[in-house]
Amino acid sequence: MRLSSGGDIFRDRPLTISFDGRDLGGFEGDTLASILVANGVRVCARSIYAGRPRGLMSSGSEEANVFVQVVSGAGEPMVRATEIEAYDGLVTESLASKGRLLDLPDTSRYDKRFIHVETLVVGGGRSGVAAAAEAARAGGRVLLVHDRATIARGEGVESVVGMGGLTILTRTTATGLHEHGYVVAVERRTDHLAVPPETWSRQRLWNIRANEIVLATGAHERPIAFAGNDVPGVMLAASAVDYVTRFGVRPGRRAVVFGCHDGVVDAARALAEAGVEIARVVDARPWAADEVKQGTEEGSLDVRAGVVIGTASLPDGTLSGAVIQARDGSVETVACDLLAVSGGWNPALQLLTHTGGRTRWADEAAAFVPSQRPQHVRVVGKASGEFAAALRPEPLFCVDGPGSDPADIFLDLQRDATLADLRRAVAAGMRSVEHVKRFTTISTAADQGRSSSVLTVGVLCQELGVPMTEGVTTTYRPPYTPLTFALLAGRDRGYLADPERVSPIQDWHVAHGAAFEDVGQWKRPWYFPAYDGESLHDAVARECAATRSSVGMMDASTLGKIEMYGPDVGEFLDRIYTNLMSTLAVGKVRYGVMAAVDGMVLDDGTVARLSDNRWILTTTTGNAAKVLDWLEEWLQTEWPDLDVRCTSVTEHWATVAVVGPRSREVVAAIAPGLDVSNEAFGFMEWRDAMVGDCAARVMRISFSGELAFEVNVDGWRGQALWEVIYEAGQPYGITPYGTETMHVLRAEKGYPIMGQDTDGTVIPQDLGMSWVVSKKKPDFVGKRSYSRADAAREGRKQLVGLIPSDGSSPLMEGAQLVETGVDLTRVPVPMVGHVTSAYDSVSLGSPFALALLADGANRHGEELQAVDELVGTRVRVTSPVPYDPEGARRDGN
Amino acid sequence: MLSICCPWCGWRDELEFSYGGQAHVAYPANPAELDDASWSEYIFFRDNTLGWFRERWVHTAGCRMWFNAIRHTVTNEFAAFYRPGDPVPEMPVEVVR
Repeated sequence: MRLSSGGDIFRDRPLTISFDGRDLGGFEGDTLASILVANGVRVCARSIYAGRPRGLMSSGSEEANVFVQVVSGAGEPMVRATEIEAYDGLVTESLASKGRLLDLPDTSRYDKRFIHVETLVVGGGRSGVAAAAEAARAGGRVLLVHDRATIARGEGVESVVGMGGLTILTRTTATGLHEHGYVVAVERRTDHLAVPPETWSRQRLWNIRANEIVLATGAHERPIAFAGNDVPGVMLAASAVDYVTRFGVRPGRRAVVFGCHDGVVDAARALAEAGVEIARVVDARPWAADEVKQGTEEGSLDVRAGVVIGTASLPDGTLSGAVIQARDGSVETVACDLLAVSGGWNPALQLLTHTGGRTRWADEAAAFVPSQRPQHVRVVGKASGEFAAALRPEPLFCVDGPGSDPADIFLDLQRDATLADLRRAVAAGMRSVEHVKRFTTISTAADQGRSSSVLTVGVLCQELGVPMTEGVTTTYRPPYTPLTFALLAGRDRGYLADPERVSPIQDWHVAHGAAFEDVGQWKRPWYFPAYDGESLHDAVARECAATRSSVGMMDASTLGKIEMYGPDVGEFLDRIYTNLMSTLAVGKVRYGVMAAVDGMVLDDGTVARLSDNRWILTTTTGNAAKVLDWLEEWLQTEWPDLDVRCTSVTEHWATVAVVGPRSREVVAAIAPGLDVSNEAFGFMEWRDAMVGDCAARVMRISFSGELAFEVNVDGWRGQALWEVIYEAGQPYGITPYGTETMHVLRAEKGYPIMGQDTDGTVIPQDLGMSWVVSKKKPDFVGKRSYSRADAAREGRKQLVGLIPSDGSSPLMEGAQLVETGVDLTRVPVPMVGHVTSAYDSVSLGSPFALALLADGANRHGEELQAVDELVGTRVRVTSPVPYDPEGARRDGN
Repeated sequence: MLSICCPWCGWRDELEFSYGGQAHVAYPANPAELDDASWSEYIFFRDNTLGWFRERWVHTAGCRMWFNAIRHTVTNEFAAFYRPGDPVPEMPVEVVR
């Protein structure tokens, strides 16, 4: 019921909201919760499992019962009714503690801000405002964040608005306190507005770095559990008063006030002043006496020693009376529609414990108070727990009265978890609150145990018969309140979610209808459909055939390239690659493999010597950054005496591979000054050349087994080069191809892709590459590991080829290899290897695969089954080089 | 997010850095002379310290230089940052707060 006066609301600005289809009147300054109270809506939700009627149990962020779905505006799946500022046209629906995610994208805008301050004050109550004022006066930048719309003001509170150096953020909740003064906060900018300004983002994520953090986060009132404590009408005492003073609404007509500290009498007085009839004040402290206390003009307060042991309710489930047991054991039911309860206060120390802070139980405050603070964190006001001693509290957590059913005594309202659940956990042998939490789900709901956590510790200690000082709270983790993923993403959504890297020839690929695939952050042409709707399979078959029979071209610009400079490059590369590099002559190119210290293959690529002191090496497209990191780490941390510089030049060079028996004619046509004969320009050599007016570096490298030239030019000239080659190749039907054809061509030759055909357990010898592991060099990274017993043992998994025995069944990447005759239905099925790459091959006239197979080098010619989804396909093991094993095509024809 | 002081660039947020594990684990001078146990020790075994710990960091998204730090593995407090080759600072005395 709305009182005729009082509250921080604007009575000249009425508004209408909708709750479950009902239009309810309120005023600006109301929350959804205060409007529900004003309109006498007592059943506002159903509990999650038992479906019991529930009403508001608080007025603030500790609310555990009434969460709603916000339907209007930006919408939000699960918000406390107590934290929704009302606006005209707000539409909400009640929930049973479970919101609905919309299946539409969140179209609101979210921003991020970064700020450095000397002092951050969290909480804009009296203590927080005082701390902010003091810090601002001392000079330096001060930020005050407060989760409500206005900071504390009025009598005894200094006015800090407009103070120099002080920034105040309201409607802002600090959700995480991290190391070194780093705090994350969310500012809600538009959720309280009926019509948000078009240009405003909905929320801002504040990244705050502060030298000093003052936690003025206040305290949450602690409930007391008793039978029927979840009935609508049972409310925290301070919240009942809060409804009167902040909103001018009365949460009941006739109240029983129950608690275990001096503050309950003050609460009763405040309610009485608002016209609530106080039927009884029940003081649970052992020294309490029956007495009549001075009340208000309306009358005195009848205070009795005793406890509330149960509730009576009306047919609609709402409260009709409190069952009170007096000190002498007599039981009576006192009619009331409000049962205001206070078990004391829990300092809100969630942020403190996010990063290593600790709390301890203090008997004098009957609360967990800070005991160990992270660096630079200070706790003031109610959050420090110092206030509580003055209330002479005597802890009371749970009243298990005569005849009470423990399944009716709720410890966690949001999880419907009761004393019976906790007792089951204890009976199952659990002692730690962390175990009890996981067994009962207490404090795992959206409120993260704000009202239930300490209560549960108290009841657990009581059940175990240990003092509270042995109790610890569960660990609180960020975020303090739920954040939306869209807020965390900010503007980095959709197209901006991840950087997109494209080759300098991208425009041509797009214009010619290439299909793309993602390779790390790169967009690479996957295949080039010759006509609308040509399938991947058909396009790849066509591209492969053209390349093997005439000439193809591929954009290889994404290949990682690292230029190395210095007199010691040769020596350095000898230590990094498994094979010898220092003997490489200027003008020559060599293939190399890098291993980790454990001997496992890391990456492979080519090394070209450009001059005595200049070298360039290539890496796998996805490994470029990792390899550069690897080189720099060894240079800086192990061999700083080596004079070597590394520079990433991946983007500086555009690379076009011209591949196939007719590639020589094409390269000769574009670079007339270059002698492309086998005699003048051998395999694994590089030459400078001019393509028109453009300087080019041409390398005879092949990733297909065919005669091939890789032409490198300045990145800016990449597309021009591509077009020149495409033009010159027309007489030979030059065919652009993408990554899929590249993979088929390389796999037909048994060239492994590091990271696809290998994992962290493969050494070069397993790939049939013993030749790349130097026996001459005294040491290189990984060498010592090859003499470990495991590297030298028989039966390691080795790279093999596979051909389906019927010549036509497709093979699947990831399929497991199993011996023939093994019953696939009898688990565990013994597996001897797996397929790492699988393609259809026009050159072989059959599907084929590469696989890692135990003792594979000795099993060529044998039969196995490749099992995918419990279906085995007969395969024949071959050498890992199913096509052109003698290498006859390398120099063309 | 940690705040880390690169000895070349100064204080930066952790996201500019990569972690490099325990510091002062040198590549053995002559691996061929080590037995399997000693070599495995170098490859696979690192301290798992509770308390102050010497560790490596690299300023990946900055100057790309490696450096060492002394960090408390429980509180994440840093006691020192130093360059490779610099004199190795003393370990702080454990203070229980």
